Amino acid sequence: MIRFDQVVKRFGDVTVLRELDFHVKPGERVTLIGPSGSGKTTILRLLMTLERVTSGTIHVDGECLSHVRRGDRKVPADERHLRQVRKKIGMVFQQFNLFPNMNVLRNITEAPVRALGVPREQAEEKARELLDMVDLADKAQAHPSQLSGGQQQRVAIARALAMEPEVLLLDEVTSALDPELVSGVQNLLRDIAHQGNLTLLCVTHEMNFARDISHRVLMFDQGQIVEEGPPEQIFTEPEQQRTRDFLQAVLNA
Amino acid sequence: MITINPCSAELPGALGETMPFLCDGAVITLQSAVGGSVLAIAIALPVGLMATSRHRGVRAAARVYMEFFRGTSVLVQLFWLFYAMPLLTGFQLDKLFAGILALGLNLGAYGSEVVRGAVRAVPRGQLEAAVALNLSPFQRMRYVVLPQAFVEMVPPMNNLLIELLKATSLLSAITVADLAYEGRLLVNSGSDQLIVFALLLAIYFLLSYLITLLMRFVEGRAARVVGRERPRRRAATAVEAAR
Repeated sequence: MIRFDQVVKRFGDVTVLRELDFHVKPGERVTLIGPSGSGKTTILRLLMTLERVTSGTIHVDGECLSHVRRGDRKVPADERHLRQVRKKIGMVFQQFNLFPNMNVLRNITEAPVRALGVPREQAEEKARELLDMVDLADKAQAHPSQLSGGQQQRVAIARALAMEPEVLLLDEVTSALDPELVSGVQNLLRDIAHQGNLTLLCVTHEMNFARDISHRVLMFDQGQIVEEGPPEQIFTEPEQQRTRDFLQAVLNA
Repeated sequence: MITINPCSAELPGALGETMPFLCDGAVITLQSAVGGSVLAIAIALPVGLMATSRHRGVRAAARVYMEFFRGTSVLVQLFWLFYAMPLLTGFQLDKLFAGILALGLNLGAYGSEVVRGAVRAVPRGQLEAAVALNLSPFQRMRYVVLPQAFVEMVPPMNNLLIELLKATSLLSAITVADLAYEGRLLVNSGSDQLIVFALLLAIYFLLSYLITLLMRFVEGRAARVVGRERPRRRAATAVEAAR
């Protein structure tokens, strides 16, 4: 479903990802853990086409994200190609990023209507189903600023799902929430993870959550994968000293 | 009920002598201010957006326009449009039109900067969310960035429009019979200086206050759109939701 080949990402002199290789199978749920600055979020941003690779290639469902073939040559992807590949991918952000100029319902329906051409009534029907699922059916007409952080994040999840992505990227989705609001969002994501066949890529510092939802955990450090495996193994008997140090630091925090 | 027409020649004393002329002038001032504002805004929006473009050439074109028209005085631009252009091109502009053109071009350059700043001020995350939802570049601008940027634009635009109103007095230099022109004419023909100049102050102030009131209304509407200032009937639910 997702394949990184020799991906390098540099910001100026700083190398964030070093010749990274990894793949994710359809329906697989993968959690990326590791210290800040280890490149986890960059991976999600590359997949969402918010950043471009410095070198290497990323394929989603067999399609190259960054380049298109024109004759014999590969040229950087244009906007049309990017919009094509973005169709498969959705993202939920740390800061929610709901649109403040729209009410909750329009936040969810806007993209399906504008980008996919879904008729408005149909989009609204779907949006109400999603709001029901995230337990905010009574907030359809509310304004984002009237919602708590946890509610906003649940709307943002509904908004991403309204586009029916095959891959959902979760970028530290509970990091900006007050502690008592975290579990609501996590429970929702647990349900979504376990009932769907969504491919999930998740960056998080919440190890219990990572253990619950993922098939596989990747431990990152300095732009490379230092260790990977099923959550039971990574969290109970990590092989690498770097992973042990990291988990120790996070779990004792 | 007795209504008093402030422009009537029947008014007592110096008022009756001067107000009819000042009213004529005020109409011209208002016409050039409205014309100049419409033109300035029509220029500021596209040029301001060009200034935020990814393409260097587009940005440069916007920059050249902005720097040129900000960096030269309205009066000199007015002389060029009205006196110098006919010499170069053989084409004589109507004086009111030349005035409106100069005002629009000049204040449009300042307005472009306002638009550029406001678009830049929209948080990056908003644009990224719009990309993640697969909106096209046009849709991102139209439905996400511009409505939010608009709120930021209104207060500085209010300033600019008041500047523009006051700059209309420069039009008297190319013999447009605006408020300032009529005032000077009255003084030259023997009306009481103190009264005429006091009336000029009052009328300019009234007109600019009118602009402020209008822009406050626009600002209130715009702020409500992005939820900065909630409609009153929903204020209660907001408090509730915050818990």
